[in-house]
Amino acid sequence: MTIAPTSSSTTSPSSRWARFRSSYLLYSFKRDWIAQVCFAVFVLLVAAAILAPWLASMNPYDLAQIRILDSELPPFWIDGSDPQYLLGTDAQGRDLLSTILYGARVSLIIGFGAVMLQALLGVTFGLLAGYLGGRVDAFLMRMADIQLSFSTLMVAIIVGAVIKATFGGAVYSEYAVFILVLIIGLAEWPQYARTVRASVLAERSKEYVDAARVMGFRAKRIMFRHILPNTLSPIFVISTVQIANAIISEAALSFLGLGMPETQPSLGSLIKSGFDYLQSGSWWITLIPGAVLIVLVLVINLLGDWLRDVMNPRLYKG
Amino acid sequence: MIAFLIKRLFHAFLVMFIISVISFAIQDNLGDPIQQMVGQSVPDSERAELREELGLNDPFMVQYLRFAKNAMHFDFGYSYFYGEPTIEVVLRHLPATLELVFATTVLIMLFSVPIGVYSAIKPRSPLSRLFMGVSIVGISIPVFLTAIVLIQIFAIGVQFTPFPVDTGWGSWLNGLLSTDGGMPAYGRGDVVHVVGTWSTNFASLEGLSYLVLPSISLASIMLPLFIRLIRAEMLEVLQSDYVKFAKAKGISMRRIYFVHALKNTMLPVITVGGVQIGTLVAYTILTETVFQWPGVGLMFLDAIERSDIPLIVTYLMIVGLIFVITNTLVDLIYGLVNPTVKLTGKPA
Repeated sequence: MTIAPTSSSTTSPSSRWARFRSSYLLYSFKRDWIAQVCFAVFVLLVAAAILAPWLASMNPYDLAQIRILDSELPPFWIDGSDPQYLLGTDAQGRDLLSTILYGARVSLIIGFGAVMLQALLGVTFGLLAGYLGGRVDAFLMRMADIQLSFSTLMVAIIVGAVIKATFGGAVYSEYAVFILVLIIGLAEWPQYARTVRASVLAERSKEYVDAARVMGFRAKRIMFRHILPNTLSPIFVISTVQIANAIISEAALSFLGLGMPETQPSLGSLIKSGFDYLQSGSWWITLIPGAVLIVLVLVINLLGDWLRDVMNPRLYKG
Repeated sequence: MIAFLIKRLFHAFLVMFIISVISFAIQDNLGDPIQQMVGQSVPDSERAELREELGLNDPFMVQYLRFAKNAMHFDFGYSYFYGEPTIEVVLRHLPATLELVFATTVLIMLFSVPIGVYSAIKPRSPLSRLFMGVSIVGISIPVFLTAIVLIQIFAIGVQFTPFPVDTGWGSWLNGLLSTDGGMPAYGRGDVVHVVGTWSTNFASLEGLSYLVLPSISLASIMLPLFIRLIRAEMLEVLQSDYVKFAKAKGISMRRIYFVHALKNTMLPVITVGGVQIGTLVAYTILTETVFQWPGVGLMFLDAIERSDIPLIVTYLMIVGLIFVITNTLVDLIYGLVNPTVKLTGKPA
């Protein structure tokens, strides 16, 4: 041992963990209780969704476990409830807590999947438009403008409707997860493309890019290895908000009947199926999944707000 | 200015062209008009004959040109479900949606400007913080969920009894927490016929009461966005040199805020507002579904359920046209009111 152990943890810049521990990000996180609460709730919800098969008392996808006689039972604090079903049951006799856990899982999978697709498309197109400029730039940004002027939800609804009309309802519900990821991913890429393009335009004129070009690197290498890492913080910030948006979009599509089927519900389709029973007094079937959805989206949005303040990326307009 | 106008118009035509190509591709690939027109018993030879007669075997371009020519005359064929020209079906449903959007816009303008300006002038006051907090909650609640909660509270009614019912103060507090419901939350109610296909909800108090919950739901999603936007722009304007100069000249703060700063705050709000019209139309689909509001959004969703392709295509074209017209108008107005915009190039 030649290096003193005391100095390595504070001065060594090579250790990522040490760098993280002394970062401004962690420092401001420790001082912001709203961010801590949001992060805790978010981790809790994600963990509950991932562990759904072990946490849930029944598997809502398994028809054999469903007892139709137990349908529309209220949650535990209302008279007439069954202690077996903590949050009551839905119209088909499924335990609401279990369906919510499974539903949150589906919603999160689609949310993250759609954002990954958006990021892939948006970052690639944004880099190409910003770095190459000229006709490529004009074409891609015009496409993004047109698509954005239609609003992302509108595009998603139209694409969903066309896919449903083409392949029919049965195929649509079988591959609903993939279709939803595709629809929401395709509908929202312009958000990423615009942000990335704006940052690339600012980075492109810097000296390190000139240096890389003089050294004879190819455009692809300069774009992905040199410019991309410097545009990561705005990407990171909008990703948070985009996940929240994707989850809302999925819920909206499911509510319109263009999303997850009732046999494999997401939070949105749970709300949809419960809505029909609102007038008959069974408010919990729709409002409890609704509350979970709101909390999930709210904590992600609040975390996004906090990240935006801390990382303070220059979210270029345009 | 002329160059700017021409450029904008060209852009508008390009967008309409793309929309029409997409719409035509949908119509061409989905649904078989022959299937819809004739029964099961008609032999294949007659089907083929009809196909030839209707020009369905023509090349794509020929068919597209025919489609575009008819579209210029707003002729999109007949709806499978209603059995009448689709444009008439759309026009019949359009006033309901436009009235809903109008009521929502009025609500947004009434509330977003005062709240946004207030939270920019006093960014540290508790009330501003409350507005900002509520607005991020508002953004996080999907519009259909707001609608459902409003229905539960104001149409169905909520009975909370956390306090003892038999005491006077207890039942009074319980009464405060409970609502009777009774607000209309289904359809448009009785409407007053105005002219053509336009019947209005604005003519009677009863008609207006049907508008309350849907328009509040629809406004709830846009209002936070506008409040945050107006606040951000106003904060930026208040930092600018001309505001500092006006302060130094000793002009009253009221005049600076509402005459000097507000004018320049509203410029970006116009552009964003124009773009948001698209979002608003998308959200009417959700709102109309929840409240069974008989507008174009509900009609579109029903058309998807019934695979009524001509009606879907007509909706796309008409909504596309509305988007393009509003976006172009907004751009032109922005160019007119903002002298710093580079008229021939991209708007700054």
